[in-house]
Amino acid sequence: MSEQGPEGTFEPRIVAFFCNWCTYTAADLAGISRMQYAPNVRVIRLMCSGRVDPQFVLAAFRDGADGVLIGGCHPGDCHYQEGNYNALRRFELLKRMLVGFGIEEERVRLEWISASEGDRVQKVCNEMTEQVRALGPLRLETVQSVDEGRVAPAPAGEPVGQVTA
Amino acid sequence: MLEPESGLSSQPIPSNGGPKIGVYVCHCGLNIAGKVDVAAVVEFASTLPNVAVARDYKFMCSDPGQELIEKDLREGLINRVVVASCSPLMHEATFRRATAEGGQSPFYFQMASIREHVSWVTADGDDATAKAKALVAGAVRRVALHEYLEPRKAEVRSDVMVVGAGIAGIHAALTMADAGKHVYLVERESTIGGHMAKFDKTFPTLDCAACILTPKMSAVRSHPNITLWTYSDVMGVEGFTGDFTVRVRHRPRYVKEDLCTGCLECIERCIHKQGKFEDEWNEGLSKRKPIYIPFPQATPAVVVVDPETCIWFKTGKCPQTCIEACERDAFDFEQTETFDEVKVGALILSTGFKTFDASKMPEYGYGLYPNVYTSLEVERLLNAAGPTSGEVVLRDGSKPKVVGIIHCVGSRDAKHNLWCSKVCCMYSLKLAHMVKERTGAEVYNFYIDMRTPGKGYEEFYDKILKEGVHMVRGRVAGVTDEAASPEEEGHLVIRAEDTLIGSVRRIPVDMAILAVGLEPQPDHQDVRRLFNISCGGEGWFTERHPKLAPVSTFTDGVFLAGTCQGPKDIPDTVAQAGAAAAEVLAMVDRGFVMLEANTAHIDDEACSGCKTCVGLCPFSAISFDEERKKASVNEVVCKGCGVCVAACPSGAAQQHLFTDAEIFSEIEGVLAYV
Repeated sequence: MSEQGPEGTFEPRIVAFFCNWCTYTAADLAGISRMQYAPNVRVIRLMCSGRVDPQFVLAAFRDGADGVLIGGCHPGDCHYQEGNYNALRRFELLKRMLVGFGIEEERVRLEWISASEGDRVQKVCNEMTEQVRALGPLRLETVQSVDEGRVAPAPAGEPVGQVTA
Repeated sequence: MLEPESGLSSQPIPSNGGPKIGVYVCHCGLNIAGKVDVAAVVEFASTLPNVAVARDYKFMCSDPGQELIEKDLREGLINRVVVASCSPLMHEATFRRATAEGGQSPFYFQMASIREHVSWVTADGDDATAKAKALVAGAVRRVALHEYLEPRKAEVRSDVMVVGAGIAGIHAALTMADAGKHVYLVERESTIGGHMAKFDKTFPTLDCAACILTPKMSAVRSHPNITLWTYSDVMGVEGFTGDFTVRVRHRPRYVKEDLCTGCLECIERCIHKQGKFEDEWNEGLSKRKPIYIPFPQATPAVVVVDPETCIWFKTGKCPQTCIEACERDAFDFEQTETFDEVKVGALILSTGFKTFDASKMPEYGYGLYPNVYTSLEVERLLNAAGPTSGEVVLRDGSKPKVVGIIHCVGSRDAKHNLWCSKVCCMYSLKLAHMVKERTGAEVYNFYIDMRTPGKGYEEFYDKILKEGVHMVRGRVAGVTDEAASPEEEGHLVIRAEDTLIGSVRRIPVDMAILAVGLEPQPDHQDVRRLFNISCGGEGWFTERHPKLAPVSTFTDGVFLAGTCQGPKDIPDTVAQAGAAAAEVLAMVDRGFVMLEANTAHIDDEACSGCKTCVGLCPFSAISFDEERKKASVNEVVCKGCGVCVAACPSGAAQQHLFTDAEIFSEIEGVLAYV
């Protein structure tokens, strides 16, 4: 699914879920401040990082994303008091599950970015792009829905990230 | 803000034919079109499923731009709208309104941010165009699934609260009270007035601070529409725009506020014959008794007993001569903290600033050499009601013959605060003038750059120059008492580079004044969390938009005034306070606010009764019917975070505008094509 860059380099595609109050606003600030960063991150706005259902992350991978970034308010700063703590808990569980699926945990990242940290959006998006670029494309050849899918661990010798259903 | 029900169709859109989406790609002048190939995005959009119309326009937010949308809607070409332009935080309300004007629910709309998130942050044009296409595809995919929603209205309470009663809070409170609103004005000190009450004169007009401030202070006290709570703190804020519940703590002053007449007899008769304790109001330059009033015009004119220093509180043994002295029987040594809970429609925060702690720069010798003062201390010396009754004298009581004023202390300094504190150049010129006038001393100002923008400010600078104040351009390296020559003996020596003559100078002075900069209040983080607003890394509260919403915050119904938002002088502070008051009045007088439609709801059929959601809701908006084993959301209380929706194992909980299906489609959309 992933594109090849002009020189044949791998251009990862990253889906980001940013909370409306902190990280999305920070991304706006990065824009207002004209901070240039990698074009690989596509932001989906949610009201709170606590709205991120782990299924969204799986869906993003299924639909062709090579990495997923989640951005929320710093601990204690959640607009909804504690949504970001829920995001953190789910994220920790999700990482374990992804590893079980044969998806490297470096393909997901959770970051606390406040509304004033436009520079951090720039930095995290750039870092994430390079990190996923280094991992290479996520080749999920066939993925069935989580309910019916029987996911086998990657056979020995197969590249990590290769998942057979 | 949306008008209620204006232009709304009374029925959901007809299902025959399904969604017909109009995509409008904005050039934003060259802001978007200079980087993104707008024509290519339009062409791409026209190929997406359900897209009936794809157009581009120079400025979609302009009237003709909005008219494009409204016309297509009215003519039935489309029934859903995607605008690819700036951030939704900028213009979502504008385009929702246009969608409503076109006869559809305003929520049949989705925005793709191709300016803040694409054209402004992407170096390469092709990359930018590809990313713009992906975001448009995401928006198109999701808007096809948007459901019919009515805008929600909520009533706005007409009472309001102002937190912090410096000049900003006072001005805002009086403006709103004059407009007939009931204002709760909360101040944590025992008197209102803030920093301005400590100054003697104000730049550039040199009018007396007390003469312009104290009438406003007494107006606050006597205004029938203002409830003034001093010595009080906001402890908790609940609710949302239009309907906040605020809990306020009143600390005991051990004197009944309604009985004390401010005769000050009790202070006179205190067992302590002399002041013995550091007087905070005078920056520690004088001593006060355990029972005191900060300054003669303190408002309210009610004395305070400091239990930390009062002999009665410390030992339980005191003849309590203060009580004897009081004709009104106003003392109550049994007083404890009391609490009030009030409901208000809107809040203005005007919590002010603190000055930079000069002891953080030991090279300037503050705290080491007695005759190094901060500017605020000199303000008190100059004040007729201050510790020296307006005399500028050294610690030994003698008049200084040479005075050096060091600008930018703590400001414009990578080691301390990067920002310019905005007021120090002007107040340093004011201090130069006043010190010279009072003492006849030679005055040197050491500055990096003179910053005097403002009405009459540059003229004031000219006036001070003509008065013969010496100006040395360069940052001061240090203040020392080590003499390098006989004429420096017994003086403080200010060492500074003079960049205009290109050499280092040593200037002996008797008094050094440090023009300390402005900093956020030390408890800004607590206050920010209390009111659910944000601040920048340096700690100033963040306004919703630096230009277009300078007194609003990201929390609807909470507004900012004065220096809590950033350094500013008195004229700017008062202007901003007036603006905040006007915003509140507009909101209160309209009587209602439109709420976001993005609340959660639970499908009764699908709910398995597991109660996972109930405990997760931070606002207790979810209740559980034990008999039916079903959870349900109170949508008035729900704030729309979606935490319960993400947690629901059976998919019964959903969030309007952020349903699982909508988000899955958006994910698909941003990945499916490019």
